[in-house]
Amino acid sequence: MSEPLIRFHDVAFSYGPERPVLLECNFRLDPGQRVALLGDNGSGKTTLLQLIVGLLRPTSGRIEAFGKPRREEADFHEVRRRAGLLFQDADDQLFCPTVAEDVAFGPLNLGKPREQIRQIVAETLDSLGLAGYEHRITYKLSGGERRLVALATVLAMQPEVLLLDEPTTALDGRAADRLVEILAGLPQAMIVVSHDREFLGKTTGSAIRLSGGRLEESSD
Amino acid sequence: MKHFPSISPASDASSPIDRVDPRLRLVAAVAVSVLVVLADEFPVLATALAAAVAGVLFSSVSWRVALGRLLPLNVILLLLVLLLPLTTEGTAAVVVGPLAFSQEGLRAGAAIALKGNTIVLTLLALLGSMDAVTLGHALSHLRVPDKLTHLLLFTVRYLDVLHREYLRLRAAMKVRGFRPRMDRHTYRSYGYLVGMLLVHSFDRSERIAAAMKCRGFRGHFYMLDHFAFSRRDVPFCVASLALLSLLGWMEWR
Repeated sequence: MSEPLIRFHDVAFSYGPERPVLLECNFRLDPGQRVALLGDNGSGKTTLLQLIVGLLRPTSGRIEAFGKPRREEADFHEVRRRAGLLFQDADDQLFCPTVAEDVAFGPLNLGKPREQIRQIVAETLDSLGLAGYEHRITYKLSGGERRLVALATVLAMQPEVLLLDEPTTALDGRAADRLVEILAGLPQAMIVVSHDREFLGKTTGSAIRLSGGRLEESSD
Repeated sequence: MKHFPSISPASDASSPIDRVDPRLRLVAAVAVSVLVVLADEFPVLATALAAAVAGVLFSSVSWRVALGRLLPLNVILLLLVLLLPLTTEGTAAVVVGPLAFSQEGLRAGAAIALKGNTIVLTLLALLGSMDAVTLGHALSHLRVPDKLTHLLLFTVRYLDVLHREYLRLRAAMKVRGFRPRMDRHTYRSYGYLVGMLLVHSFDRSERIAAAMKCRGFRGHFYMLDHFAFSRRDVPFCVASLALLSLLGWMEWR
C-alpha cells in the first residue's frame, strides 16, 4: 500500500478540561481517497479538519502528514500549502477586495513570480467556469459564486489534498450540482464534511463517522 | 443586496480625470487642499473654488451628486457664518437690535465657507470616482503605513458583511415583536445587539486570520496590481502644477 497522505495516531483534543472534543482518533487518508466525514453538530468535524492543517494542536497523540510527523507551527507551513481547507463560510475566506487578488493571495505568499501568478489566477478561474471574474468585487458575488471563488483560492495553491467543510451550505440545487461536477473532475484526495447525503453520495467513496469523540467506519 | 453608498464611488462613468494615475490624483488633491487651508487672500480662495468647479465639470461626477454632498456641509457652515461675526471682536458691520455682526467675523466665516466648499469639490473631482480599493492601493504605493491601508481595505470588505449580520439580528428581534421605545428594555436590547455584533466580528476576525494562515500568510501583504505613469498623465500633472503655482504666487508674492 502506498504511503498515506495524512495519518492520525491516537489524536485527542479538548477546548479546556470541561470540553473534550476528540478522544483517541485514528485515521488515515490515502492518495486518491475521497472520504465523507459524518457526525452530529458539535461532534468535532471542523476541529478535526483544523487539526490537520495545524490551526489547532492536539492535546495528545501524533499527526503525520505527507510522510513526516508534524508538531510545530513551522511543520504546518508545508502542510497548509499541500492540504487546502475550504471554510464553512466563504466570507471568512474571501477577504481581498477583488477576486483576482484573493486567488493570487496564496501564490503570492508562496513567493511565486507575478507572471506565473497571473497565469495561475486565469487558469484556476477558467477551470471553475469563472473566467472573466478577475475584477469582480468579492462582497458583491452571489452565495454560489462566493463558494466557487473560495474553492478557486484553495486550488490556486495547487494542493494535493482538499478538506471541504460543509461545501454545500447556502448553495441552491443548481449551484450544488455544479460543485459536484467540479469536484468529480479534480484529481485530489478529499475529506468532505457535510450533512447532505445526496451530495456525499456523488462526491465520496467511503465514509467515517465521529461520535462520542471517536472515529468509526460508517456504512452509510 | 443593499450596499453602502459611502463606500461606493460617486460615479462610475469614465472621464479624462478617471484615466489619470490614482496616485497622482491623490497627491494633487492633498496638495490643493493643504494650500487652500493655508491661504488667506480672497482672490486665491475664489480662484481655487473656480478651479474646483471646473474640475468637477471635467470629472464624471454629476452635479446632482456634487450638490448632494455639499448640502450637509453648508448647513453646518451656515451656522458658523452666522455665529462667528457675533463672537469675533472688531468693527461692527451690521447691527440688528442688540446683536452686532463684526466685519472680521464675517470675513473669517466667508473664508471658512469658501475653503470648505473648495476642498469638498476638489476631493469629489479628483477622488470621487475612485473606488475604495484603488484608493487603498494608491495610498499603499504612496508609502502610507501598511496597517492603515489594510484597515481601510478590510473595512471596505467587511462593512457589508457586518451590515448583513446587523440586519439579521434586527430581523430576529423584530419577529419576536421588538419595537424600539424609550425604556430600559429597549436600551438593554440595543446593548445586546451591539455586544453580539462585536462578539460576532471578533469571531469572524479569528476565522479570517485562520483562513489567511491556511494560504501561507506570515504577516506580509503582497500587491498584485501596479500603477504606472503614462503619457496621459502629463497634461494633468502640468495643469495641477500650474494651478498650485498660480495660487501660491497670488497668496505669497
